[in-house]
Amino acid sequence: MLTRLLSGDFPRSRFLALALLIVFLGLAVAPFALSGARPLNVAATICVFIVLVASYDLLLGYTGIVSFAHTMFYGIGAYGVGLSLYSLGPSWGAILLGLTIALVVSLALALVIGLFSLRVRAIFYAMITLAVASAFAILASQLSDFTGGEDGRTFRLPEMLTPGYTLFEGEIFGTSINGRLLTYYLVFVSAVALFLFLLRVVNSPFGRVLQAIRENDFRAEALGYRTVVYRTIANCLAALLATCAGALMALWLRYTGPQTTLSFTIMMDILLMVVIGGMGTLYGAVVGAALFILAQNYLQELTGQASHALAGVPLLANLFHPDRWLLWLGVLFVLSVYFFPTGIVGKLRKPNP
Amino acid sequence: MSEALLRLAGVHTHIGQYHILQGVDLTVPKGGLTVLLGRNGAGKTTTLRTIMGLWHASRGSVSFDGQDITRRATPDISCAGIAYVPENMGIFSDLTVRENLVLAARRGEPERARLDWIFGFFPALKKFWNQAAGTLSGGQKQMLAIARAIVEPRKLLLVDEPTKGLAPAIVQSLINAFRELKSTETTILLVEQNFNFVRSLGDSVAVMDDGRIVYSGPMAELAEDRHLQQRLLGLSLDAHQQRLP
Repeated sequence: MLTRLLSGDFPRSRFLALALLIVFLGLAVAPFALSGARPLNVAATICVFIVLVASYDLLLGYTGIVSFAHTMFYGIGAYGVGLSLYSLGPSWGAILLGLTIALVVSLALALVIGLFSLRVRAIFYAMITLAVASAFAILASQLSDFTGGEDGRTFRLPEMLTPGYTLFEGEIFGTSINGRLLTYYLVFVSAVALFLFLLRVVNSPFGRVLQAIRENDFRAEALGYRTVVYRTIANCLAALLATCAGALMALWLRYTGPQTTLSFTIMMDILLMVVIGGMGTLYGAVVGAALFILAQNYLQELTGQASHALAGVPLLANLFHPDRWLLWLGVLFVLSVYFFPTGIVGKLRKPNP
Repeated sequence: MSEALLRLAGVHTHIGQYHILQGVDLTVPKGGLTVLLGRNGAGKTTTLRTIMGLWHASRGSVSFDGQDITRRATPDISCAGIAYVPENMGIFSDLTVRENLVLAARRGEPERARLDWIFGFFPALKKFWNQAAGTLSGGQKQMLAIARAIVEPRKLLLVDEPTKGLAPAIVQSLINAFRELKSTETTILLVEQNFNFVRSLGDSVAVMDDGRIVYSGPMAELAEDRHLQQRLLGLSLDAHQQRLP
């Protein structure tokens, strides 16, 4: 059962298995174990980013494609669902329609970008995707009548997903089963399903061809594989999954705007999460996303507490000032790359000499 | 003389500004082992890569099994029945031995009987079946590279310097493998510098120099004619073998 579920791709390290179990259980029980809106928001963001980072790893880690257009597909998913709900009103039909349109647009764009640009060298492909993604972000900002411009759009969800909705009277483990909790589990279950689908893809014969292309594309061609076709399919798959991640994020935030979905900062975050977790290991997306988003959300508090504790020590108290949390995030990133050059999962999976 | 499986006629290949192949005329008879000899830089590897479509001929034609493949894409040439073992072996080091062979088989798991036949002359592959190919020794990687080319029956094998840097024991196992392949009527075009290795295997031979074929004929003729060896290869076979490890 577990073998089928994980497509035979086990963690192959006790520490990694434990880390994955902690992340999975933590996300599964988050609404019951944590109180307040912020922890749940962090948990939902981790769920969405696991899918987003894993889908990017399909491109970068498994196929060797460097793309800067991943946030564009993420944004298309978010805008698709968001604008559909905004225009048509809160209904499941609007979500489905928005998602379908977003998937079709993403597929068409990924196909066109892939077929026209995957023949060129990696650096040119990266530049082309950067140009297309930048153009799309500008377009989303400028079409303000339609997209809400820089302000974005807030919209309402179907009643079942609103905080005011309660599935039944009473509580489970002291928590009311309301629409917010149902939205969280919609995000969580979708993220788990999409991640397992990705695991199936990378462990299929198709996934092996992608790995072969990453290692030696001329050799893969000489074995009879049309590398452009395989790269384009991988590009389309990654785009579709990023679109789904964007749609989930829009449902969770009940808002969509350029800063939350199309920003280049998100692209950099995705890259960092892939590198920290480990390229070419989907489990790296889980570890990378969980660590990075936790650090992004709690490092400022931690440095604040450290600064408070070191109040008597002049230089250190200043160094750990909460305003310098980004500096410490950078330090953590440098340390992780130094000590885990193949990513945390790559290091944990490496057989002992 | 048996029917030609592969024919190169006046093939010119340019790589950037360099004119590497300058009118190669080569015929590979069906069912035999043809050896392509020549000093470093003569154009042997370029010839194999041009046949595979990895570099396209700027002039001339390459025909295989009666079809013109000069302008075809590499995957089409591979699917037409040509397997290529490059000099650097080109194995996928992150994948296991099994996964490398499954990829080469293209239609899923290779046939059990075919695998047993390969394990017969390359037993190491069976031993390291689920091990990452990158962890194999140089000789084992070469075995895997050749196994990958023959895991499915192919009409023609192009093999580029398979013995380069290998220990004598491994070279012997490669000789056994090529003998076994010859018995299956597989046509082989082998680029090699180890004369001792090819003398016992080759049916016909072609010698390249400066991007052209300067000699072609039966291997027995070249192996027995010291003057011809001196003229074509710069040293006689006996002297050459003394220098080999």
